[in-house]
Amino acid sequence: MTSRRMTGWQGEPVRFRFDGRDYEGVRGDTLASALLANGVRTVAASPALGRPRGIYAAWTEEPNALVRYGVEPMAQATTLDLAEGLDATSLRGRGRLSEEPDTGRYDAVYAHCDVLVVGAGPAGIAAATAAAETGARVIIADDRPIAGGSLPDTAETVGGVPGAEWAAATLAALDDRPDVRVLSRTSVFGYYDDNHLVAVERRGVDAYSRERVWRIRARRVVLATGAHERPIAFAGNDRPGVMLAASARAYVNRHGVLPGERAVVFTTNDSAYAAARDLAAAGVEIAAIVDTRETAGPAPDGAEVLAGHVVTAVGGEEGVTSVTVSASDREDRDDREIEADLLLVSGGWNPLVHLFSQAGGELRHDDGIGSFVPGSVRQAVEVAGAARGVFTLAGCLEDGAAAGARAAEAAGFRVESVFETPGTPAEEPAAPAGHLWLVPSADYGTHFVDLQRDVTVADVMKATGAGLRSVEHVKRYTTAGTAHDQGKLSGVLTSAVVGHALGLPLADLGTTTFRAPYVPVGFATLAGRDRGALHDPVRTTSLHEWHVVYGAPFENVGQWKRPWYYPRAGEDMEAAVLRECHAVRTAVGAMDASTLGKIDVQGPDAAEFLDRIYTNMMSTLKVGAIRYGVMCRPDGMVFDDGTVIRLADDRFLVTTTTGNAAAVLDWMEEWLQTEWPQLRVYCTSVTEHWATVALAGPGSRDVLAGLAPGLAVDAASFPFMTWRDTEVAGLAARVCRISFSGELAYEINVNAWDGLALWEAVMGTGVVTPYGTETMHVLRAEKGYPIVGQDTDGTVTPADLGMDWVVSKKKPDFIGKRSFARADTSRPDRKHLVGLLPADAGRLLPEGAHLVETSTLPEPPVPTLGHVTSSYRSAVLDSTFALALVSGGRDRMGEVLYVPLGDEQVPVTVTSHILYDPEGARRDG
Amino acid sequence: MLLIPCPWCGPRDEAEFHYGGQAHVAYPENPAALSDEEWARYLFFRDNPKGRFAERWNHTAGCRRWFNAVRNTATNEIEAREVTA
Amino acid sequence: MAERLSPLARFTPVSSGDLRIAEIPFLTQINLRVDPKSRAAADIGLALGAPLPTEPGTCASADADLLWLGPDEWLVVGERGRDLEGTIRAAAGTAHAGITDVSAQRTVVAVEGPRSRDLLAHGCALDLHPRVFGPGRCAQTMLARAQVVLAARDGDAFRVFVRSSFAGYLADWLMDAAGEYLGVTPR
Repeated sequence: MTSRRMTGWQGEPVRFRFDGRDYEGVRGDTLASALLANGVRTVAASPALGRPRGIYAAWTEEPNALVRYGVEPMAQATTLDLAEGLDATSLRGRGRLSEEPDTGRYDAVYAHCDVLVVGAGPAGIAAATAAAETGARVIIADDRPIAGGSLPDTAETVGGVPGAEWAAATLAALDDRPDVRVLSRTSVFGYYDDNHLVAVERRGVDAYSRERVWRIRARRVVLATGAHERPIAFAGNDRPGVMLAASARAYVNRHGVLPGERAVVFTTNDSAYAAARDLAAAGVEIAAIVDTRETAGPAPDGAEVLAGHVVTAVGGEEGVTSVTVSASDREDRDDREIEADLLLVSGGWNPLVHLFSQAGGELRHDDGIGSFVPGSVRQAVEVAGAARGVFTLAGCLEDGAAAGARAAEAAGFRVESVFETPGTPAEEPAAPAGHLWLVPSADYGTHFVDLQRDVTVADVMKATGAGLRSVEHVKRYTTAGTAHDQGKLSGVLTSAVVGHALGLPLADLGTTTFRAPYVPVGFATLAGRDRGALHDPVRTTSLHEWHVVYGAPFENVGQWKRPWYYPRAGEDMEAAVLRECHAVRTAVGAMDASTLGKIDVQGPDAAEFLDRIYTNMMSTLKVGAIRYGVMCRPDGMVFDDGTVIRLADDRFLVTTTTGNAAAVLDWMEEWLQTEWPQLRVYCTSVTEHWATVALAGPGSRDVLAGLAPGLAVDAASFPFMTWRDTEVAGLAARVCRISFSGELAYEINVNAWDGLALWEAVMGTGVVTPYGTETMHVLRAEKGYPIVGQDTDGTVTPADLGMDWVVSKKKPDFIGKRSFARADTSRPDRKHLVGLLPADAGRLLPEGAHLVETSTLPEPPVPTLGHVTSSYRSAVLDSTFALALVSGGRDRMGEVLYVPLGDEQVPVTVTSHILYDPEGARRDG
Repeated sequence: MLLIPCPWCGPRDEAEFHYGGQAHVAYPENPAALSDEEWARYLFFRDNPKGRFAERWNHTAGCRRWFNAVRNTATNEIEAREVTA
Repeated sequence: MAERLSPLARFTPVSSGDLRIAEIPFLTQINLRVDPKSRAAADIGLALGAPLPTEPGTCASADADLLWLGPDEWLVVGERGRDLEGTIRAAAGTAHAGITDVSAQRTVVAVEGPRSRDLLAHGCALDLHPRVFGPGRCAQTMLARAQVVLAARDGDAFRVFVRSSFAGYLADWLMDAAGEYLGVTPR
């Protein structure tokens, strides 16, 4: 294949593969420029129609040239740096995620600045410089490897040097300032509330993190994002070899690549003439310039200019071989076929208003440029340069400098000196642009609007023909603008075609909504460091490493890792849990209970406060004693439960469930701050200050006596629901005699630094079996103790749980009380917590299974009576059992209900939720 | 990501706050004196305007103080704030 | 008797020219809640050697560090083994104050060196620029996905107070983020 690299173009060679063939490009190439340099025209097949497609643009607006490589499922060849050994294949059909995990590291950084400038073209660089001159903290982000915006594409000069050189030198000087940060290869892809902008920096595979998300909070923003050349819809406008004119110019000037040998230029405006001149100078033969305007511009040497003409057809299935042109105002077309392998298109320019629009900015239609420009906006943002329709180099420099100074001033900095914009070559004033969106035709079947979605003018007209009037609806009906490029080229064109079909002006139709991300961003990039082991905080207790050493699998309880059970050699979970349950019921076991929430409540009104928060009475609790309590929401539904320890007249220690520790503290603060500020109470979390070891079983008293020789442990000296401060294993400890298993039990609290020492002392007795959360669950369920959040779900009252006794009848009010008098909370068909015994004692019911009344399933809808909330195998019952919330459950004792499981109706008998030791005889040992 | 002005800590990211719903819905002086309907109104009924809305925020990841703010629900602009209690 | 074990007892301190990370275990920490305008607040300040700071987000240093946590809440931090609770209780007398020993509730990670701000900026949304968050500033905020109290000290040094149960997570996170500044080769 012939090289299309311009003679004399220097560059370190880079070898790569594309679709299984070896090629060579040069350092600085994109995959797209390297493919063009190798004469590769067809790089993709369109997803829906399978039509051959070529490279259409030169940067992120590229709709066709999608490739995959490595674990990257979809990348634009036009933005992909050519790296040695790159092995890419064209994406044919839809993208598919890689089966391989992405093992790269990705991260994020928060950044703050007075002025953020997006885009380092002429306007952006001028803005950043002007802002930095005032002493403001400035960040300038640019998405390209080489800064300068369009300067490297157009080869224009600034201050007498090539524009790209000027850009690089000016940015380097900016970067040397202590309060300026220059982010290259960084795409700002989202603009959110309060000037929060998110960008992705592509740092490369050799960097510590491959990609970095920047979360930038800026006091002022200058958007200098430039403009996209827009396409024109005409027959065959998707053929390989059809390319945007400015993109072809970029391949010539930026990469030294000739995208074809003989070109036809199809334009509505003057900018394509400059492109034609550059291509001609580089050696591309310009066969003709087809200008839709009646007054054409000055042609480059030797090129024929066809004013008032349009392109009506493109020859060549696999790539352009000829271009058919015709005078646009003739009824009977005077078609003329021109031989060419390249067709350059310029339909004018669309300012890049995506970020401005995301910021909540209104867009305004500008008749002069025939597109949308930024209008009003409430966020602190300026738009400068081509992004607001300023299309001359000198104009962009001046506009940028003014915007940068204005932004810094608005951020509170003084503009001391006017930033002098560097000189630029004189530009001839451009002739007014024409506005042509589509070439009228009898057949719109190959007038493509969205090349990536294979949407044609015919498809859009089908949508308007079906009655759609809104561009948002047409977008969803046709899928135009929904591909990876998010309609960068097709968006405004779609609106214009809808306007053409409905006879409405583009200004009235507007655009579809611009949404983040502006460019595709990988999920791995967005996840950043929050992956794998760091995906979510793992909370551990001070005993954690012992549980790990002893082989406990962990149960996730919120973010906590709690030991689930401790399997011995050869044991599965079922065997281990039965053994642990047996040990607690017959001897003694110990569990790490450190995760329970603990709140220190202090103040003269602490007792009054707890009376209002809990359903039961706490003010009557004596110092030294403990009471179980339930708290409800104002709607009467159970919110949390736990124990309340009275430490002093004016001081209590409250425990909460593991999952609700933070929520309960927040709840208490909310009432204290917003409803009862007159109560003198302070609440402080001490959850992690304490390590808690639960010691349970008939042997627990003896174990405690051995560890705490100074403590009188007999039932009379240390009764149920009291606490003592003492030494356990030589450690300062608070021992509470409470039980969540129904057995004689204690909870020993020590400073968390001493937690492991305490646990090892307990285990060192040699008689204590460690047990995990599963055994704890079985033991409490046998006793009918509900777990808030498992047996309740925010629709359950204390009465539903059979816990009327915990609701005070004496207190004038407490949170939830009024709701217990609502009709709804006394309905007889409310769901009650009951026990279930399967007819088959070996059958374990799945939690969440539903209960029905009949042994055969009726026709749907099947009325459900409730569902299983907890289900276990019990050693003491020698059977499986379950807890369930069942409609009118307490009136169904002894009834047989059915649990539909697959094709089976599993019979169960309703029993009391207290299945073991209902008299409570065992808690005293 | 809104920047919410905590009256104590200054502007902080929205992620540090918990939303507390409509402001100025006081716990009734004497719930027992309310009809079921009045009580249900307190429990379940809240405004949902487009535009200015007085609402409660708690700076949970910061100073843990509650405060009220008037936010325009259409633009997310916070126009005013007040410290509770 | 077994030794006391701090939450990051197994964490190996790291140190390069630009960055140092180490746990400072077993500091005495008292959560103090009191009306800042009360006589008790003034007396407690006298006993601790400095008035309780009332400017949000600031820290006073005297016999102990007094970190502002809220309009009526401070974290009083002293050397290990100090009976700060006793000192504060004695000063408060019978006045209404919430005085709670929370020494083991959080541990402290020292992050020091010229790259400390760069490291923290990977997970902290606050503006840590020295002009904004210089020595003497403190804040309750998020670092990565853990709630922390962050205090800036002289010489690019920070103390990160983290809940003990989150300490292992935060240390792992800090080490992953710090690799860039410690010369770790990317994987």
